Amino acid sequence: MSSEDYLKDITEIKNLMNRSTRFISLSGLSGILAGTFALIGAAHAYWLVTSSARGYLILNGRIFNLVMLDMILVFVLSVGTAIFLTTVKAKKNNEKIWDATTKRLLTSFLVPLIAGGIYTFIILQQQRYGQTGALMLLFYGLGLVNASKYTLGYVKYLGYTEIVLGLLCAYSPGLGFWYWVIGFGVMHIVYGTLMYFKYERK
Amino acid sequence: MKNILNNINKAFDHRIRLGIMSILVVNEYADFKTLKELLGVTDGNLASHSKALEKVGFIIVEKQFIGRKPNTKYVATKLGKEEFKKHVEALEKLIKGK
Repeated sequence: MSSEDYLKDITEIKNLMNRSTRFISLSGLSGILAGTFALIGAAHAYWLVTSSARGYLILNGRIFNLVMLDMILVFVLSVGTAIFLTTVKAKKNNEKIWDATTKRLLTSFLVPLIAGGIYTFIILQQQRYGQTGALMLLFYGLGLVNASKYTLGYVKYLGYTEIVLGLLCAYSPGLGFWYWVIGFGVMHIVYGTLMYFKYERK
Repeated sequence: MKNILNNINKAFDHRIRLGIMSILVVNEYADFKTLKELLGVTDGNLASHSKALEKVGFIIVEKQFIGRKPNTKYVATKLGKEEFKKHVEALEKLIKGK
């Protein structure tokens, strides 16, 4: 065997190790879109609240329900486009959308996220509204870091960024809205763009 | 040079066997279907190469039933992992030594 064959062996080993443990078809474009939806949703919510007669948000009012609807819409649209674009990309990469790797990826992402979601809900019930933005950012970040070992590297850094933003947000709850805008809007666009240029535009 | 070549393991001297080990050292286990898809080989090919690895004690093959469907699970042994590591290190040395 020549040294070229050895090199081919090593490349093949690396490739198989990655493909059997990491899901590489996460779409960067869907990150950009999710960020854009979040920004539009936040701008709309901001406009709703500031142009209302009261000028600030109270619980269980009409405006509050509209803002909640706003957030649910952003969530559904983001998850929807992410699933759609990722499926398309997986097909192109000849990668399965539902196998051992994606199952592991989703469980490790969802466990911190769902625990955090329930905790945030409890905090809301106790009427400690100021902390919700921080908690959402924090648990989302933890979910990303936890899942990152099964997918592309940038997800880890996005996770760390969200955790730091969440902690900053907890420190100054009055600015919660703006941290939410940076964390879920701007950061998704930034990391989505990085991933798009590194893995998709070829 | 001779020393390095001693660490090149004959059991791994085939693309499919090397592939099976690569997957099993980084995963807790893998089933027949997963291995087949990742390696892009036929049933018979995979069966014969996995048998060769089982014979030298580098992997364990666990046959079981999930419901009524037969399911074969492959797990790398401690010996298999060690030998694989030595093999990869030897490959790397050979490339660098050039």
